[in-house]
Amino acid sequence: MEIKPLTRVILGLVCLLVAIWLVAPTLVVVPMSFNENKSLAFPPQGFSWQWYQNFFTNPDWSSSFLNSLKVASVVAVLATALGTLAAFGLDRMKAGPANLLRMLMLTPMVVPGVVLAIGIYAVYLDTHLVGTLLGFVLAHTILALPFVLIAVSASLEVFDRRLETAAASLGAGALTAFRTVTLPLILPGILSGLLFAFATSFDEIVVSLFITNPYLKTLPVQIFSSITRDADPTVAAVGTILLFATTLLIGGGMLLLGRERKGRQ
Amino acid sequence: MSASELPPQPAADARPGRAWRPFALTAPALILLVAVIGYPLFTIVVRSLSEPEWGVQNYVWFFGAPINLTVLQRTFTISAWVTIVCVICAYPYAYLMTAVGPRVRLVLVLCVLIPFWVSGVVRTLSWVILLQDSGVINSLLRSAGFDGIRLIRTQTGVVIGMAQVLLPFMILPLYSVMKGIDLRLMRAAQSLGARPSRAFFTVYLPLSLPGVYAGAIIVFILALGFYITPALLGGPRSTMLSTLVQTQVLSLLQWGRGGAMGVVLLVTTFVLLALAAPVMRSRYREAGRR
Repeated sequence: MEIKPLTRVILGLVCLLVAIWLVAPTLVVVPMSFNENKSLAFPPQGFSWQWYQNFFTNPDWSSSFLNSLKVASVVAVLATALGTLAAFGLDRMKAGPANLLRMLMLTPMVVPGVVLAIGIYAVYLDTHLVGTLLGFVLAHTILALPFVLIAVSASLEVFDRRLETAAASLGAGALTAFRTVTLPLILPGILSGLLFAFATSFDEIVVSLFITNPYLKTLPVQIFSSITRDADPTVAAVGTILLFATTLLIGGGMLLLGRERKGRQ
Repeated sequence: MSASELPPQPAADARPGRAWRPFALTAPALILLVAVIGYPLFTIVVRSLSEPEWGVQNYVWFFGAPINLTVLQRTFTISAWVTIVCVICAYPYAYLMTAVGPRVRLVLVLCVLIPFWVSGVVRTLSWVILLQDSGVINSLLRSAGFDGIRLIRTQTGVVIGMAQVLLPFMILPLYSVMKGIDLRLMRAAQSLGARPSRAFFTVYLPLSLPGVYAGAIIVFILALGFYITPALLGGPRSTMLSTLVQTQVLSLLQWGRGGAMGVVLLVTTFVLLALAAPVMRSRYREAGRR
């Protein structure tokens, strides 16, 4: 398509601004985390590592970080198991019931967070699950389930089921066929579901804010209460650590994937 | 888990009489869904109708108090503004994604995905740092010789922050629709004498509308239920419905009233989804047929 040079320049500028708007807020925590003063005012003054030190030594921060890791790990496994089973079930159903059930299982994505949060809080108050690991795991698992379902369903859609029939005709039992044929082919879907489930739980805040108590906090809850309480640059240090950890993970994953793809070709 | 009850027989799900198997596979997820989503939402509906006593008094109160209606209207206004800002920013961006080479496209995709790398709370913290009176934007303005402007605890600030968080949900569906548009149609229009702008408005824009609808609906619905961003960036004059629900339940212990608000928010969301679903589906089909 022909675009006039002027239009092209304007388009490029607008997109550059949008890109900056998308990315810059992500990076602004980095300079703030080295602030010498206990303040989040810009520009930061001086240079110090004290907020990183605080993150690792202050039990409020380190225990909430560990709680988040624990909850997210269990949620990742549980949601991936349930979501993968459900995706298989839906894949093997008739279109009618499958579509209905799929819609039902995706509802956690569209129910407004606060509405779900007060509902779960009400039930947890009655069942004494407020401020328990089990409570967090159950709530986060149901929120993570849709992401696993979408990821695994997508890879099942392109999976050729005749391969299973072929394996069976060669004498493989259902489990052997699943383990040696189906699983390796849909593994990327399952793994990305696992990753999404972990991230969903690690990041979840709205429901967590309601079902938390002073004895059991997750990292986002701790961050939220720190922001609302005072201007503690430790939150900026946490943000920076998370940013670098994710960048390393995703960068490493992309490198590995790229190498594997090259190796196969 | 009922999946473990499956008999370890050879591949046999094609045989008749095994129709229950797929349902058994979905059962664990469904049970959890009912227990952790279905039952709690049911509880909220019941409480909205039964506390302090049975009846619709909580709904009468909600639609009778001017403050609630103001907040309800504001929630819609803010969500609408966020949607508009997202459409305006996402449209050229998604278009550029389809028009550039693979390398630049990778950079553009990364820019959309990077905000997902940091947790949502941290992103909102970044907006506090940027927008506050002693924040980045105001210190830049002051060093350029302008007066500072008030951004934090205003509706403008809330819209800026929310739109940034929701922009990827607008860009991605838009991009997936634009990717499928045959650019030769534009050339055909131009070869028939249409000026580029006319070719854009009569050919390209209508073809890309399904993406705009899809993205706008997602953004609007997500914006309606936003809680964290308005809570941290907003002030008393930019309270949204979610904050009101939280205040009723956690601070005032008014489960009935909070529940009624929650039900209003929930019903609005699902009505919008139901209204949007057929429109979106038929638009997609239309786009596919052309």
